[in-house]
Amino acid sequence: MALSESTAAPRLYLSAQTRWRPAEIVFWLATLLPYFLFPNYLSLASQIAIAALFALSLDLILGYAGIVSLGHAAFFGIGAYSAGLLSKYGWGEPLSGLIIAAFAAGVVGYATSFVICRFRHLALIMLTLGFGLLLAELANTLGWLTGGMDGLQGIHTWKLLGTFAFDLYGRAAYAYALAVLFVLFLFARRLIHSPFGLSLRGIRENFVRMPAIGAPSRAHIRTIYTIAACIAGVAGALLAQTTETVSLDSLGFERSAEVVVMLVLGGAGRLYGGLVGATVYMIARDQFSGVVPQYWYFWIGILLVAVVVFLPNGVLGGLAQLAAHWSRK
Amino acid sequence: MLPPIFGVLFDGLAYGMLLFLLSVGQSVTLGMMNFINLAHCSFAMLGGYLTVALMSRYGWPFFATLPCAFIVAAVVSVAFERTLFRRLYRAAELDQVLLTIGIVFISVAVAAYVFGTDQQPLQLPPYLRSSLTFMGIRFAVYRLILVGLALLITLALVVGLEFTRFGARVRAAVDNERMARGLGIDVDRTFAITFALGSGLAGLGGALAIEIVGLDPSFAFTYLVYVLIVVSVGGLGSISGSFAAAIVLGISDVAGKYYIPQLGAFLIYLVMINLLMWRPLGLLGKR
Amino acid sequence: MSAPALATRGLAKNFGSLVVARDIDIELPKGVRYALIGPNGAGKTTLINLITGMLQPGAGRIFLDDADITTLPPEQRVRHGLVRTYQINSLFPHLTALESVTLAVCERTRAARTWWRQLNAYPHEIDEAHDILVALKLGPVCHRLTRELAYGQQRLLEIALALATRPKVLLLDEPAAGVPREESRELFAAIAGLSSDVTVLFIEHDMELVFRFASRIIVMVGGRVLVQGPPHEIANDPQVRAVYLGMAPAKALQDPRHD
Repeated sequence: MALSESTAAPRLYLSAQTRWRPAEIVFWLATLLPYFLFPNYLSLASQIAIAALFALSLDLILGYAGIVSLGHAAFFGIGAYSAGLLSKYGWGEPLSGLIIAAFAAGVVGYATSFVICRFRHLALIMLTLGFGLLLAELANTLGWLTGGMDGLQGIHTWKLLGTFAFDLYGRAAYAYALAVLFVLFLFARRLIHSPFGLSLRGIRENFVRMPAIGAPSRAHIRTIYTIAACIAGVAGALLAQTTETVSLDSLGFERSAEVVVMLVLGGAGRLYGGLVGATVYMIARDQFSGVVPQYWYFWIGILLVAVVVFLPNGVLGGLAQLAAHWSRK
Repeated sequence: MLPPIFGVLFDGLAYGMLLFLLSVGQSVTLGMMNFINLAHCSFAMLGGYLTVALMSRYGWPFFATLPCAFIVAAVVSVAFERTLFRRLYRAAELDQVLLTIGIVFISVAVAAYVFGTDQQPLQLPPYLRSSLTFMGIRFAVYRLILVGLALLITLALVVGLEFTRFGARVRAAVDNERMARGLGIDVDRTFAITFALGSGLAGLGGALAIEIVGLDPSFAFTYLVYVLIVVSVGGLGSISGSFAAAIVLGISDVAGKYYIPQLGAFLIYLVMINLLMWRPLGLLGKR
Repeated sequence: MSAPALATRGLAKNFGSLVVARDIDIELPKGVRYALIGPNGAGKTTLINLITGMLQPGAGRIFLDDADITTLPPEQRVRHGLVRTYQINSLFPHLTALESVTLAVCERTRAARTWWRQLNAYPHEIDEAHDILVALKLGPVCHRLTRELAYGQQRLLEIALALATRPKVLLLDEPAAGVPREESRELFAAIAGLSSDVTVLFIEHDMELVFRFASRIIVMVGGRVLVQGPPHEIANDPQVRAVYLGMAPAKALQDPRHD
């Protein structure tokens, strides 16, 4: 075997992993379907896109770095309130609103990451939970700023790029949310396939080994936590801008728990897991929307138990196993 | 005449004792098998609702319902442990968190379905609703009994842990599970019994909590947070740690709400975060 | 006289009343292959944990070349060239062998900090990782997931990870543990084949391997260094014989090179 052959092979193999698979292209083309098949459901479609983006941000820390966070909605809420307040006090331009929301969530994410990176296991879960609850209480207490239980009023989103107005049918809203989702997805995809992404997987696979190969795990964790916070903030801002409301449940525990469910349902650590999980969850919730909240939580509970017992790697994991099974026959 | 702070301290102590009863089981089982059971307060809620049902539908006296709450919660927890939890002892933390959160969701939905979402009224006999006045401070009889009962139980636990063979096995398993197995200790059985005891105590705590903090389906969530705070601050596997943490948190919470009401609700989170940062393994943690 | 590659002075550690290390004074000159032997519980792995910073010593100092590294955190020590492998495999189950070693290389070159460029923009790192794997005969399986590798291959991957960090001092904790005889000889041959810039200290129980590959031996018992010296001295040392009596007849301590 010629030298160039044997050294080219590993590079080729690794770069093959970054190529777009047909299923991915189909997936993204399918996101355009709502315009043609479900024109009355475009506002639901925007909600799904927003939830998918939120779940994607959680996947970066949970699926790739192994950080179990029960308080990720804190960043979603910060983004939502930032964009909402910005609009309420006179600046309703959507794109710059997103950037400012990302920045606000990122700053808080960066600050808390210094604490987060030092802990593992139960202490880490508790800290994320604690931060989330703390922020939710704070938002409640600062009712004069956040609108408290009534939510933030007076948000008005300006036209996108000066031309597209957000109408009641949600056409512009969906295009907007979908575009933002796609752009940030590309960003996340690139990150995952970078050396940094490999480090994150190393941290998830074997945290203890990382210092032994000279890896500054804490610095890595701080970086990804901040990035995930920024993206969650963008998702929250999208919600504020497209629905023109922000309420306390955007940063409550239920939302943090919900996004974990969505991600796990789809399959963490697979980049598309959050997207798939969010889609399934939001559609199911919409279908059962007539149902009283308690019963909804009953079925979610059953679902969680079932997923953990039967489908530990989520829907995508189950599909991957099926695919592997078939390819062996 | 004592200044009112003593009243606040006493109320804080009573609340802390309640938190201790709710948390001690969680602390020991977490310390032993590292199994994160977020459904712990569902068992507490079960005890509470059982007490309400027995008293209102069958006219049982309050004190008769307490052992029932303990036993039923213990038995039901064993059923869950045998069927579901057992599979996840070696699983990833996330899986344990998700499974047990799922059970919490289910329990909350069932409680709402059967009992409705309102606060459960509890008809206690008049002597339990009265209070004694001592040196100018009012001590509610109920809280006095709660503190007394909790202290008795704590004593029983400590004595049991230090002086019985079972207690020795528990201590060994918490200290070093692998070594304990190697010594021939049936850790799984020890764990199952400890788990049952802990859940039973939670059920008892749930029953006792009704008069102090009320009972509605959100109990399983709200108090889960407090229990987790007590456990992570007090240290896994440590009874004395849970005791200390519960008292600190109970008093902080009551005093906070009394003296600085705007800050009150999240003082407890601030305290937890700071304590965890100072001592991530808890005040007296073994792991 | 140049400074030894690794040295410890008066290293000690105790857990309460349990003393696991006491008065450890060792000096490893550059390029030498040292074996660390002793009965179970003698404190050999503990010593490695102390040297690498996984454990904080109660007393004593540790020197790498001339530098005092006693207070450096573990990842800093790795950056200075002090690397260890684990007795029980500590690998990345769902990463392929190539990915694992590439990760180690990227961390060393600090390429791991970049999240805006793709991995295949770093051909040097990938090639280096591949070369290390090929040198350890893991080339054909480099695209297999770690969890799918045979045990012996995983032990080799342990060493590959360590080598990716370009160590100056390599501490191997029972590298051949659980590996069949023939493969462990190959493994040690790979270690012996390392450049003379690398100083190696390995813990091993198999005396044949020890005498074959080590130029000096340190014997530890009960947390202390009993004796150190070249193999033939150790083989004839009465204290060492006494310690190993009951474990194997005195024949096992004879230098196989004289057979």
